[in-house]
Amino acid sequence: MTVKVPVVRNILEANEQMAEDNRRVFRDAGLLVINLMSGPGAGKTSLLERTIDALRQEIRIGVIEGDIQSSYDAERIGQKGVQVVQLNTGGACHLDGNMIKSSLAALDLKQMDLLMVENVGNLVCPAAFNLGEDMKAMILSVAEGDDKPLKYPAMFQQCRVLIINKIDLLPYVDCHLGRMRDRALQLNANLEIFEVSCRTGEGLDPWFDWLRRQVRERKAEVDGTKS
Amino acid sequence: MHEMSIAQSVLDIVLQESHNHKVNRVLSVAVKVGELSAVETESLRFCFDFLTKGTLAEGARLEIERVEVTCHCQECGSNFTVQELIFACPICKSPRVEMLSGRELSVESFEAE
Repeated sequence: MTVKVPVVRNILEANEQMAEDNRRVFRDAGLLVINLMSGPGAGKTSLLERTIDALRQEIRIGVIEGDIQSSYDAERIGQKGVQVVQLNTGGACHLDGNMIKSSLAALDLKQMDLLMVENVGNLVCPAAFNLGEDMKAMILSVAEGDDKPLKYPAMFQQCRVLIINKIDLLPYVDCHLGRMRDRALQLNANLEIFEVSCRTGEGLDPWFDWLRRQVRERKAEVDGTKS
Repeated sequence: MHEMSIAQSVLDIVLQESHNHKVNRVLSVAVKVGELSAVETESLRFCFDFLTKGTLAEGARLEIERVEVTCHCQECGSNFTVQELIFACPICKSPRVEMLSGRELSVESFEAE
């Protein structure tokens, strides 16, 4: 006899559960967590280096470095004297909730105001896996072209922040900044967009200010729930 | 994306539920895949067929329902289907919209004996 069994279960439920567990840990520690995503070579690590240099006197920053292989990025970040842990996915194209959970033992979250998670360089898969973060941010470099929002809509759709990097290369590439912005905003009108060059430092101050404000708001929120 | 691990998760869910419902053979599995979930359906089917070999679900049909992207306009209250990835209300043009569907990735049911 044939029977029809109703199920209705999220295929990614195991990950969602892990992400929820992580979120609880992050909430208890009272810090802001940002999942930073981009294609390979768009400038995630460079942005982190710049951000740490600018803010480390006022904000305690920690970093989880996600890569398929190597500890090169963690070494770069480690030189800045902040807490950092390297995650190697060993082939997997994205970080997931379980990997983040396993890395938390190596970090002292109580001594942190902001945790930046650098995802594996990939514009597709990381968007589908929540890690327990407060927000997703992405970097797109002008060298990748202004058509990318149309080709990778899911990521643009879910991010709170878009950092357009390598604007110092604009004279040398066929990228129309206005078109890139319009296409991104068409997918997600709530995107905060920053146009920067991590190489020259141009345009980074508004990003730092925005980040300061987010950390401050998180602190106020945490203090509010305590009192 | 990583259709192999998605297919593995589908199979894990189906085998677990098969065990709970004490069935011997799975004939078909119905899944929902949102248009914005970045899952390639032909690749998912291929991986599913590969992984099910030697399990209760060997030879089972994977029935994939694609779910279109729909939004709710927070300005005028209308619901609409997103065309050509423009996330703005076609009635009042507001970009203040909330996504209702399109990111689904779920096992809905399966047929077994």
